[in-house]
Amino acid sequence: MPADQTPVDQRTGSTAESGTRRGQRDAAAAALADVPTEPGAAKPDPILVADGVVRQFGGLTAVDVGHVEIQRGAITALIGPNGAGKTTFFNLLTGFDQPDHGTWSFDGKPLSGVAAHRVARLGMVRTFQLTKALSRLTVIENMRLGATGQRGENVFRALFGSIWRSQENEITERADDLLARFQLDAKREDFAGSLSGGQRKLLEMARALMVGPEMVMLDEPMAGVNPALTQSLLGHVKDLREDGMTVLFVEHDMDMVRDISDWVIVMAQGKVIAEGPPDAVMGDQRVIDAYLGSHHDAALTEEEEEAIIVEAEEALARERAEKEESS
Amino acid sequence: MNVERILINALEAGIGLETVVFALAAIGLNVHFGYTGLLNFGQSAFMAMAAYGIGTTVATFDLPLWLGVIFGLLAAVLLALLLGIPTLRLRADYLAIVTIAAAEIVRLTVRSVTFEETFGGSDGRQGFSNDFYSINPYPEGFYGVGRFGFSERPIWVLTVGWTLVALSCLFVFLLMRSPWGRVLKAIREDEDAVRSLGKNVYSYKMQSLVIGGVLGCLGGFILALGRSSIQPDIFGTETTFFAYTVLILGGAARVASPVVGAMIFWVVLSLTDNVLNEAIDAGYVSTSIINNTQVGQFRFMLVGLSLMLLMIFRPQGIFGDRREIALDAR
Ligand SMILES: Nc1ncnc2c1ncn2[C@@H]1O[C@H](COP(=O)(O)OP(=O)(O)O)[C@@H](O)[C@H]1O
Ligand SMILES: [Mg+2]
Repeated sequence: MPADQTPVDQRTGSTAESGTRRGQRDAAAAALADVPTEPGAAKPDPILVADGVVRQFGGLTAVDVGHVEIQRGAITALIGPNGAGKTTFFNLLTGFDQPDHGTWSFDGKPLSGVAAHRVARLGMVRTFQLTKALSRLTVIENMRLGATGQRGENVFRALFGSIWRSQENEITERADDLLARFQLDAKREDFAGSLSGGQRKLLEMARALMVGPEMVMLDEPMAGVNPALTQSLLGHVKDLREDGMTVLFVEHDMDMVRDISDWVIVMAQGKVIAEGPPDAVMGDQRVIDAYLGSHHDAALTEEEEEAIIVEAEEALARERAEKEESS
Repeated sequence: MNVERILINALEAGIGLETVVFALAAIGLNVHFGYTGLLNFGQSAFMAMAAYGIGTTVATFDLPLWLGVIFGLLAAVLLALLLGIPTLRLRADYLAIVTIAAAEIVRLTVRSVTFEETFGGSDGRQGFSNDFYSINPYPEGFYGVGRFGFSERPIWVLTVGWTLVALSCLFVFLLMRSPWGRVLKAIREDEDAVRSLGKNVYSYKMQSLVIGGVLGCLGGFILALGRSSIQPDIFGTETTFFAYTVLILGGAARVASPVVGAMIFWVVLSLTDNVLNEAIDAGYVSTSIINNTQVGQFRFMLVGLSLMLLMIFRPQGIFGDRREIALDAR
């Protein structure tokens, strides 16, 4: 059941809320309890299964995933050092990039060669590491755009307001509920381009929910979000699980990963090197070697922050270069 | 100096044939560039499809005018598909390169000696507008106030032309307030985001290219009928650039801005032309500085200058929203 169809007040009732939240979390934990903690482990009820997915850029193998399964209804974190291939893997799974080899399926449907917009319509919706707010559209228009099956998106029917007006009102209602939930209702009529970085992340996530997805893929949803907002963003991600959605997200902050995820998959140099429940994975020597090292549990130093900024700028430049290459 | 004549000429230019033609061309470009972010630099080719559609159908093949109109519209749709299929999956600049080249190919083809029998070479086609003027409801005479006005033939063209402008504006207004228009505007902002929300971006860009091309081709019909003759060199790249100037003057992505932009453009050209010529004739300006034959070129410099001033002091155009421009700078 998509998030938007669940009445809002049901979630704000405090006792009921903590009850269900615990319930879903426990259910996910129970389902994953017997899964062996090894790369490529089979899950009891996988929604996404990938096999032999390889993507090379020139001589560099950015992604080389042998086998991976994502459990339905759980929050799975995808972690790994910068350049591990997480974003590229996201791009491949969602049809924004084509792999050299490999197959993968969502909900039993094979997705190889399926166009990005069709992947989204099938119920697998992603957000981007570099936020893509539609700047010169208002916040509410950003939200409305996310709704699928709009009658007024057909050019002929678009001409006649009477055909799509009632549906537009329903969509707007749904959008307003979500905006309230994400505390963006005060920004409703502002251009999305005038929002802060964190608010854009929130908007992008809320907009993705307008699609009514079964699975949401969030690429670094917390990056650049100010600490005051991260708590509420975390709450939103947990809420998605309560609404029955599957979440796969990329995150660097280990405390956050530990807090919200039911399962963690670790990538390094394109490969899945470990997976398991958060605590088990973070104690894994391979993971510590590959990734955590001194970052673990330590606040960022200034140099590290700088390094991350440089990295992000490189990622930007690469994305541009990639666009050029693909065109 | 004859102030009355200068003003009357300016007024007539403001609602005249060129204003109608370029308003229609710019309404089409507004759909492409203003709303969808598509860089079509070949709008003149869409106009040529219309003009040669009726020109060759009637003057070469001796078929009725209405059939020529249908051929012209079909040719414009076909051209849009032909340009769009290979380029719309690529980065934005590819469409720009391909359209500017295609427009030149169209112009050189219709003016070529090889096809002279069909398209009339550099002389173009004449004598195709009789069907149009034979249904002119205006009796012979002069329509206007005092010395301002038009005789029955131009007033008929202008009536049809302004009706098309009004209908086109209504059409664009209805489309752009709809969810369909929202998808176009979103594509202008970020294609990948739109894709990630389940919209077929390629299909929407193609629809935009076809619709804007057909709107531009309406301008081609009016131009051909208004002049009762067409030459290939009318459809050069400067026609497209004038249409862009008109659009940017008015402010992109506003329904009425192409119309106001076209009026301003042709009024300014008329004013500068007439004022300078009169001033030279009256001896206010020495011919050692500028003579009558140079005025034609000079007025375009003035248009260029005013466009630069506009971009500096009002970059959003006459109707644009300053807040939107500010967002780009972030
Ligand atoms: N378009 C591209 N062209 C060349 N190399 C790329 C491209 N995209 C990603 N890469 C490379 O692939 C590797 C994985 O990158 P990425 O998926 O962005 O990692 P992550 O998201 O885990 O930080 C990096 O070494 C990066 O440099
Ligand atoms: Mg990344």
